[in-house]
Amino acid sequence: MTEVAAFAHDTADSEESLAPRVRSYWQNVVDRLARDPVTLFFGALLAAIILAAVCAPWLAPFDPYKEGIVLRLKPFGYRGHTLGTDELGRDLLSRLLYGGRLSLLMGVLPVVIASAIGGTLGVVGGFAGGRVNTAIMRTMDVFYAFPSVLLAVAISGSMGGGVMNGMLALTLVFIPPMCRIAETATVQVKSLDYIEAARATGASSLTVIRHHVLGNVLGPVFIYASSLVSVSILLASGLSFLGLGVRPPNADWGLMLATLRQAIYVQPWVCAAPGAAIFVTSMCFNMVSDGLRAAMDVRL
Amino acid sequence: MTQATPAPDPRDRGGLKQPMLIAQNLRKHFAVKGAKGKSVQAVDGVSFTVRKGETLGIVGESGCGKSTLARLLLHLVVPDDGELVFDGDKVGAPDGIPVNTLRRQVQMVFQDSHSSLNPRMPIRDSVAFGPFVQGKPKTEARQIARDILGKVGLSADLFGPRYPHELSGGQKQRVNIARALAMGPRMVILDEAVSALDKSVGAQVLNLLRGLKRQLNLTYVFISHDLNVVQYVSDRVLVMYLGRVVELGPVDAIFERPRHPYTQALLGARPSMDPTQRIEEPPITGDPPNPIDPPSGCRFHTRCPFAEAVCATKDPVLGAVTGSAAHIAACHLQDPASGHSRAGQRSVA
Repeated sequence: MTEVAAFAHDTADSEESLAPRVRSYWQNVVDRLARDPVTLFFGALLAAIILAAVCAPWLAPFDPYKEGIVLRLKPFGYRGHTLGTDELGRDLLSRLLYGGRLSLLMGVLPVVIASAIGGTLGVVGGFAGGRVNTAIMRTMDVFYAFPSVLLAVAISGSMGGGVMNGMLALTLVFIPPMCRIAETATVQVKSLDYIEAARATGASSLTVIRHHVLGNVLGPVFIYASSLVSVSILLASGLSFLGLGVRPPNADWGLMLATLRQAIYVQPWVCAAPGAAIFVTSMCFNMVSDGLRAAMDVRL
Repeated sequence: MTQATPAPDPRDRGGLKQPMLIAQNLRKHFAVKGAKGKSVQAVDGVSFTVRKGETLGIVGESGCGKSTLARLLLHLVVPDDGELVFDGDKVGAPDGIPVNTLRRQVQMVFQDSHSSLNPRMPIRDSVAFGPFVQGKPKTEARQIARDILGKVGLSADLFGPRYPHELSGGQKQRVNIARALAMGPRMVILDEAVSALDKSVGAQVLNLLRGLKRQLNLTYVFISHDLNVVQYVSDRVLVMYLGRVVELGPVDAIFERPRHPYTQALLGARPSMDPTQRIEEPPITGDPPNPIDPPSGCRFHTRCPFAEAVCATKDPVLGAVTGSAAHIAACHLQDPASGHSRAGQRSVA
């Protein structure tokens, strides 16, 4: 079935109508992923989690902000509250669904922005070499001197809490490692003969980077970024837990964990729900990132 | 290879008499990290000319500066000193031609056929990249790539959309040749272009290069450590030792009447096809000296069987050998006024 589809795709490219089917790099990646059930499973789970967060308004059985003094800390399944209620009597499942929106946003957005900025800096530094590279990389080393959690807390703390500041802090934390990955990959690629051959055509550095460097650097950058997402979710939860990220009454997995912590002796199960959500989502990102690495990082 | 009859090329400015490329006193020393003031003298004052339509072979041991020299000729490595004159125009000078113009007319084929192709790019795009950079529209660049791929014996339909890892070594080297030729160069530098291929594939590629030279009226600089291959393709041969030219002359003169002891030793080290002609003893002993700290005087004197005191103190100059103006060697034995006891004798080998 896929054979036929791929062939049809090739014939659409009129020039190669007679050519035998030649597999592109990305076709091979998709093929290898299709033969990796673990990655597929976690990928599907991840998709479900994202979909659930996006569709929270339609899926949530209750209003996530509606409190009820008599409904405090009820167990699983109590009067339609599938996952019970929190310390203010709000429906836990609804809050979990809504919380996923902020948690995923804080997991993904800082990594995307940091990849763009750090990746650009790394490629420029790696390709330019010399003083430009030294200037960029030594600046990054300054940030590296602090543990990432401490740095995020420090930045977020000095700017005050809130979602925006939290994401800004996380972005700043992720730029140095992204930059270093991109720089390493660029330096590796730069020393190969095909870059020299491209330079020998008289192409400008920008053209060489665009056509010959980026394609070979994006792979490692992308793989590393996908593994950073889980770290970002954990850090964002940590910030919220410390009261620096999301503010109540907004729902966020980290914040929920922080507030429910006090109820752990009364009703341990409710506390487990946001913790499990963080754990499962991080696992999904890690497993998918591992699978992608295996599928993409082949020796050509 | 025989001298090709040059068809009129609109870019040919100096005529047949004007050499394609004149390298004058090229020098490149690489600084050694951690050792202040020390440098690897990769290429140290190399001068030669490349005539239009010829194949100039460059031979020498590993590490003698052949590849650095090739990169200097394209300004991929910027020389510390010396100049290049391409078809009468000084490269990089205000009244000459810019480096980019040089690169459009001189292209290079690298030794490692694999690492010189972008692994994430179909080969037709790799070949079309040069014309595309020159400002040709994408469709035209692709058409050029198709034509050139056909010329190097690869069907554009069959191989164009493939990636380098799907090709064999010989096929990849053909793609590299196509990539160089897509720029429409007048001169091609072949840096160990067939050394990494096995003998039969290498021979096919050599014959392909020979045909292309005739067809496209090219000039070759052929760099190799394989003397048999150099003898087969070259019109003239340049012998390098530790960053310097030790001998330069017509291919027959170099291979039949080598004058420099180093050239004699290199030729003597070739395995003979005739089992009765056995090599009695190794002609050169030891490794080449460290190019960071090359020997004084003649750089070969530490390994030369004819070395005398004068060789360690006085630097020999490249001079015409007796009987042939086109054949030059840098050896005190060739200069009767050098002070070497056996200087000026007809044959020393």
